[in-house]
Parts: sequence; C-alpha cells; structure tokens
Amino acid sequence: MSSFLAFTIFGLVSGAAYAIAASGLVLTYSTTRVFNIAHGALGMLLSFVFWDFSVRQGMPTLLALFLVLFVVAPAIGWFLQRFVARGLGDAPVSVSLVVTVAILVATLGLAQQVWPPEARSVQPFFAGTSYEMFGFFITAHQIITIVLSLVVAVGLYVLLNRTRIGTAMRASVDNPELLKLFGGQPERVAALSWAIGTSLAALAGVLLVSTVGLDYFALLLLVINAFAAAILGRLQNLPLTFVGAMALGLVTSYASGYLPTDGLLNSVRNVVPALFLFAVIVLMPQAQLRIGQVKGIVSAPLPSPFKALSWSGALLLGVALVAGALSEANLLLVGTAATYAIVMLSLVLLTGYGGHVSLAQITFVGVGALAYIKIDSPNLVGLLLAGLVAAGVGALVALPVIRLTGLYLALATLAFAVIMDRMIFQADFAFGFNGSLSAERLSILGYQVDSTAGYVWVMAVFFVLMGLALLVVRAGPLGRMLVALRDSPAACGTLGLDQRWFRVGLFAASAGMAGIAGALYAGLRGTVGAAEFQFFGSFTLLLLAVVFGVTSVTGAALGGVGLMMLPVLQADYPGIAGLFFVVIAVGAILLARDPNGLANQLFRLGRLLDRRFGNRIRERIPVLPVPGGSLGGMREQARAEHDANAAADQSLTTVGLGGGAATTPGPDQGPAENKEPAGV
Amino acid sequence: MSSLAETFAGSHRASGRHDGPLLEVDHVVVQFGGVTAVNEACFTADPGTVTGLIGPNGAGKTTCFNVISGLQKPTRGTVRFQGKDVSSTPVHRRSKRGMGRTFQRLEAFGSLSVRDNVKVAADIHRGVLKGFLPGGHGKNIDALLERVGIAAYADERADSIPTGTARLLELARCLAGDPKLLLLDEPSSGLDETETDAFGDLLRDLAAEGRAILMVEHDMDLVMAVCDVIHVLDFGSIIASGDPATIRRDPAVQKAYLGYSDEADADAHTVTDLPAVSDDTMVIPAAREGVGS
Repeated sequence: MSSFLAFTIFGLVSGAAYAIAASGLVLTYSTTRVFNIAHGALGMLLSFVFWDFSVRQGMPTLLALFLVLFVVAPAIGWFLQRFVARGLGDAPVSVSLVVTVAILVATLGLAQQVWPPEARSVQPFFAGTSYEMFGFFITAHQIITIVLSLVVAVGLYVLLNRTRIGTAMRASVDNPELLKLFGGQPERVAALSWAIGTSLAALAGVLLVSTVGLDYFALLLLVINAFAAAILGRLQNLPLTFVGAMALGLVTSYASGYLPTDGLLNSVRNVVPALFLFAVIVLMPQAQLRIGQVKGIVSAPLPSPFKALSWSGALLLGVALVAGALSEANLLLVGTAATYAIVMLSLVLLTGYGGHVSLAQITFVGVGALAYIKIDSPNLVGLLLAGLVAAGVGALVALPVIRLTGLYLALATLAFAVIMDRMIFQADFAFGFNGSLSAERLSILGYQVDSTAGYVWVMAVFFVLMGLALLVVRAGPLGRMLVALRDSPAACGTLGLDQRWFRVGLFAASAGMAGIAGALYAGLRGTVGAAEFQFFGSFTLLLLAVVFGVTSVTGAALGGVGLMMLPVLQADYPGIAGLFFVVIAVGAILLARDPNGLANQLFRLGRLLDRRFGNRIRERIPVLPVPGGSLGGMREQARAEHDANAAADQSLTTVGLGGGAATTPGPDQGPAENKEPAGV
Repeated sequence: MSSLAETFAGSHRASGRHDGPLLEVDHVVVQFGGVTAVNEACFTADPGTVTGLIGPNGAGKTTCFNVISGLQKPTRGTVRFQGKDVSSTPVHRRSKRGMGRTFQRLEAFGSLSVRDNVKVAADIHRGVLKGFLPGGHGKNIDALLERVGIAAYADERADSIPTGTARLLELARCLAGDPKLLLLDEPSSGLDETETDAFGDLLRDLAAEGRAILMVEHDMDLVMAVCDVIHVLDFGSIIASGDPATIRRDPAVQKAYLGYSDEADADAHTVTDLPAVSDDTMVIPAAREGVGS
C-alpha cells in the first residue's frame, strides 16, 4: 500500500513536470498554429545550458536557473519565432513540420557540438533534503516541482485571462488579421508566446533532468509526453492539458512500478508515453475538412518518357562501370546510398505528391529488413512479401488516425517509431537487445547475386524501376488524385473521394517502398541490427529529402547520396560532427517552403545550359565517370548519379525561394549531411 | 433499398422515385459557440428548377451549403436528399448520391491544369480503383470545358486563371460527376456582364436537363433572371420565400437588404444593384461584425 502511495506521488511529480512542458506547447501552438516538435529538444538544450552554468561554471543554482529561464530560453524562443517559424502558421502542415523537425535536429547537433558526450549529472534542488509524509519520504525537489507546476498553471491563467497581452494572445488565435486591424501586434504576441513556451520547456527539462539524466534523446522525447497530454485538451485547453499530464505521469509511474521486469512487458515502460499518445489520438473526434484555398505547389514537371528512360539507362551504366572499380567498403557505401534513395522515393510519393509527413520512414525500413530476414526466402517473392509486411504495418499506423489529418498523422508516426525503436526491434523475437541478425542476399529468378558490386547494381535497378513506376503513377489518374487531394481535401470530398481509405492506401504504399529498401539493405549488409533503424534517422531522412527535393526522382537520388555521406563526413571530421546536423537543418529551414529543393536548382541550371549551349552539351552527355581511387571514385560516382538524374527529371519550375540557391552553391556542397546520430 | 435504387439512379431525370422534393432542408440550426449562424432554416430544391439563396453578408448562406454538402454538422435539424435523411452521411457519399458543389472561396486544384482538374473529378466519379485503368474520357472532358466556356484555358494551371474562370472550372468539375443537385456558391462573381449572361443561359440549360440547382448569389440581375424560387436569409433565418416578383416586393427583404422599409419607396429601390461583396464563411464567428464588410 505504501509503495502504491509512493508510486502515486512519483507519478504526480512527473505529471507536474509534463504539465509544465505541455502547457508551453499548447501556448505556442494555440497562438501561432505552429506545432513545435523541437519543444522537448529545446528543453534538452537548455538543461545542458543549466548544467553548464551551474556545474561547469559553478554559478549558484538560483542564478543559473534565473539566467536559463528568463534570459537564454526566452531569447531562443524569440529568435526562433522571429527568424525561423514566422508565418509558418499559414503554411501547409507539412512545411511547418519540416521546419520544426529541422529545429529539433539543429538543437541536437548544437548540443552534441558544444557538449560532446561525457558523463554529466545534475543534482536535484536541495539534494538530500526530504520530508516524511504518511510514512514515506518526499524530497524537496519533488515538492518544488509540484509547486512550480501550480505556479505555472495559475500564472498562465492570469496571463491569458487577466492581462491585456493575454487577451491579445487569445484574439490572435481566432484571427491575427483582425487583431492587427484593431491595433494589436500579432507578431509581438507570437514572439512572446514562443519565448514563454521555450522557457516552460526549459523549466520542465531542468526539473526532470536530475531523474532522467542529461541525455540528448531522453529529454528530446519529452515532446511526446507533452503532446500526449496536450492533445487531451485538443492542443487548446490548458486545464485538460494538466489533467492529461497528471494521468500520463501516473500511468508511467505505475507502469514502472508494477510491470514485470522481464519479457516484452518490461520494455513497455520505455514507451508508455507513446502508447498513451496513441490511445488519446484514437479517442479524438473526427476532424472537419478545412475550407480555404491553398495555392497549388509548384512542383517539378514530369520528364518525358524518353528522357526518363535514357537517364535511367545512363545511371545504370554509370553504376555498372564504377562498381567494378570500387573497394568493398565503398561499394557498401554506394549500396547504402541506393537504400536511402529508395526510401526517399517513398517520401516523394507520401510527402512530395501526397503532402503528408512521416516521421517513421526509417522504422519501416527496419520492418522490411526484419520481415525479409524472418521470411527467410531470399528471392523476389521474399522481397515482395517483406514490402507487403511493411505496407501492412504502415496501414496499421495510419488506421487509428484515419479520421484525423496532417499533424496528428505525423505525430502518430513519431510515437510508432519510438515504440518500435525502444520495444519491438529490441525484443527477442526481433533483432534482440543490442543484437543483430544475418541476412542472405537476394537471388533473382534462380540467379544468386554474390558479388557486392553486382548486388549494388541490382539495387540501382530497383531504384530505377521504382522511380519509373512512381513517374508512371504520377502521370496517371492516381497521381492526379494525389495532387488534387493535397491541394484541396474539401473539394475532393465533395467530388466523392473517400479520402480516409485513400490516405491509408497512400501511407501503406509508401511504407511498403521503404520496406523493400530495408529488405535490400539487409541483403547488402549481411547482418543488421536495431541500431540501424533508430527513430532519429527518419528526421535526417526527411530533412535531406526536403533539401534535395522531395518532389522528384532526381531529388531522391541526390538525397540518398547525401544521407549516406553524412555519417562518413561526421566520422572524417569528428570535431564538427554536430555542426553537420546544424548545416542540414539550416538548409531544410531555408528550403522547406519550396519542396522541390536542390534538384530543382539543377533542373533550372540544366535548362539554362541547354538553352545556352544546346547541342554541344547534348553531344557530351553522358560523360563517363573515370574509375578512380576509393574516395575519388565515390565522388565521381555520386556526381554521375547527380547528373544522370538531374536530367532524368529535366524540368523547369518557376518559383523557388529566390535565395534558395544562395545557401547551396551546388551539388558538390550538398552531401554535407547524415543519418545516424553520430557519436551517441 | 439502396442497391436497387442505385441501379436506377441513372434515370433520375425521368423517374420520380420519391414524391417529395429532391433536397429538403428541415429546421436546420447551426451554432458556433454562442453565435447562431443558421436558425431553423427550411427550404427545398426541386429537379428542373433553379433556387436562389440570397441574403446579406454573414446571413448563413455558405453555412447552409456546408451543412447540405456535409462539411458542417448541423447543431439540430435534418437534411433529406431523395427523401432519405443524409444528415450524418459523410461528404463523399453524399456526392456519390448526386450532390455537387462549388465553393465561394475557390477550391480548385491549383497544381493541376484546368483539364486535369476536370479529369480528376471524372476519375473520382468512376471510382478510385478504376482509376488504374487508362481513361477514355478525353473527349467528354473537352466537351465539358467547351460547354461552360473555359476551353481556352484547358492547359493552364488552375492557380493562374482568373477568379471567374476558376468558378466556372469548379462548375465543370462538378458536372463531370453528373450530379442531380448542384450547389453553386456565388458562381458569377468575377464574371463580366457578357459572361454572366452566358452563364445564366447555361444555368437554365442545366436545370432543363432535370437537375436541381441551388445557388447563393449576390448579382441580383442574375438571380431575378434565372431563379424560379428565391429564399432570403437574414441572421440565419429565412425571412421570405417566393418567385422573383414576390421577393422584389417583399418589405422584409427591402429592410434586410437596404435597411429600408418604407413600402411607398420600395418600388423605386428595386433590389437590383446590391454590392456583390463576397461574405466570409461563417467558420470564424467574429467575421460577421469584423471583416465581412
């Protein structure tokens, strides 16, 4: 009984911290319509700052706390709203998600750059002080946490209901334009709410860090807890958010107290917030279709069949020529790039054409790899089945959120990725804890592809086939429907399209493509483990897809190479590993509003050259890459792929952020990116 | 009844499968928070007739359309289509039964060409799975574009055409599904005088084919010329119904529209040149007092 009471108290304390984080999330979302996925990451970063001030520099705790909460955090929040998230509220959800994912990745990169991994700890407030209550001890830190959550609750209530600026905040939710007409300043209101929101994230992080530990990822996932709590109040209602946070705190605490310590149920305690999130989402009422014209997105026009086919041929020829000259290690890199390129194709379908965001694409790769290994029939049938399994899992993820849209779907995928990462992939029936499984290479129609060079070429063939299939779909009736659904869900509904099932099908198809990539990857590596499919990989995948262009096959090919290069570069320059994340994130933020990305700049360049030099260029292409030494050859290879595909989609587009090209001097600079959280 | 009924749905023009009107809006109430946008509205739309729904900005016309097409759940009341209660039928299924609508705030598929906009509608009408099959509707599409008078824009992107043309595009898109009921939300705004005349003729043609047309419109000349029946909404309630001549003389309408009730002068101030200002949808309650005008 007394243990039950202890777990209850512990649950309420964590709930109080979640409530603080969640109310910050609600505040920023409800005043600016931007859901900040980086909320937890900012809490993490600021906890590191707090550690730096209080432990490393030895400031008094109170001074450090004051500086973090009232100077650093508001400054970061203000900066982000002013220069990063401004105007995002009116943008499609996919754009605001990409930007905030970029903030998350940048925050993580910054934290890893400034505070490289080492053992750090933060003491609870008034460490060692505790009081006896009802026969057990409650620490001063716990009391402070609960008291602070009450202070935050009352403070926000007073701010929103009793002050002029609070009224302006509530008004800006309804109609910022109107607020402007009446002399309010929605921009100032938005900046203030981001400042306060970030400060609350910092407070939650600082309160939790003594129990959770100063860990990049544990605090980053705080956003799931906060979101799960906030969603109960539909991201608007603060009292319900507090109720949700307390419920989540209690459930988490009881789970850690009463779940068995062995078997699958043991690992459930790691994913309680994600499961809680799913449960709450399922209970959400039907979302109403929003009306209001969304301007069509300027996307790369489709290449002519001749162009697509000839550049596909050039790519395959290039890979065949280069593959023979590469070392085994570099071949594996090329194969990895091909894997990522195929996964990016799945994002072209889902995000580029369909306008939906998935934060679990790498997880589907893992599902495909796992299915391929477990099915244990290394041929085309096994490959297809692996893809189907991944597609089925994708449909299962989309089903609970079938009635909801955009943001909720994306967050459900994040929760799913965390569940798979922390629970399923590590289970004995999957890869096992820190374990790995071995996979056989594919045999095609009885012919076993043994050499790595041959296998890499086969992967390139799969990329080309899937890319071509995608172009065919896009040009046909289904592709038109996809684009139509992205442009105006309401009109599609009134024309008779049942978008719920359409969306589930789209999601499943995309997951299936990622699954096939995973199956091929398993065959390439020979052994794969859970560590290769961590949820964080989906973030960098999404960002690089956007940077290189998520609307074209070319963009997918370039993005695949870029994503492969990221860990390579991070290993080459360990001193600035974290900065690479920041660079990608900045790129994604600059390019997010133009999803055609760098590929599009290439198309424009190609068009320009074509007009300028016309036939002279045509004679020289394709330039056969010179088989060279290891890394040089790789570069050539990468460039060959760039060029090949650039022209494969040869197309012109108008728009593009005028300055988009400014940040991105060219394809060579592109692959400054990565996938795995290096060094963690 | 449904499957058998669907079998005969093609012959809707001639057959009277049910005796009542095609569309029946029955005591519909819509409240947004404390604001009543639609208050006990009752009206019908019949095959072969053009019904006008007019009223000042923020009167609840578009909200009525949202309720009928299923984008907005009514707080109370029922919508019957072909005699069946469709109040809780999802949007897409109402469309399958024969409702088509256009939007006051344009909802064209901006990234697609005008022709592709209509193609999508035809594909959706055929069914998503049949969408895998190559389309054999090329000629029909062009004929449809020709019919509404936008064939010249066929290859332009839908977000680059003028507003009036985009409204006609939305109409063409609806017609690709061959609806029995057309809900047109301010279809003529953005059209010049000649185009409006042609549009009026088109409406009469469409009605003559046996379709029921329900239209929200601010161009009173057009409304008076083409409508068989007119309902006037004010503050969510229907304050007058009748043929154009009756409506023109109705003192309540004069008052609502012109803030003017003196019957003696009513004839002098015929309701013909009301400002064709578009009213915002009622989704944001504040819009009525605030930005609507």
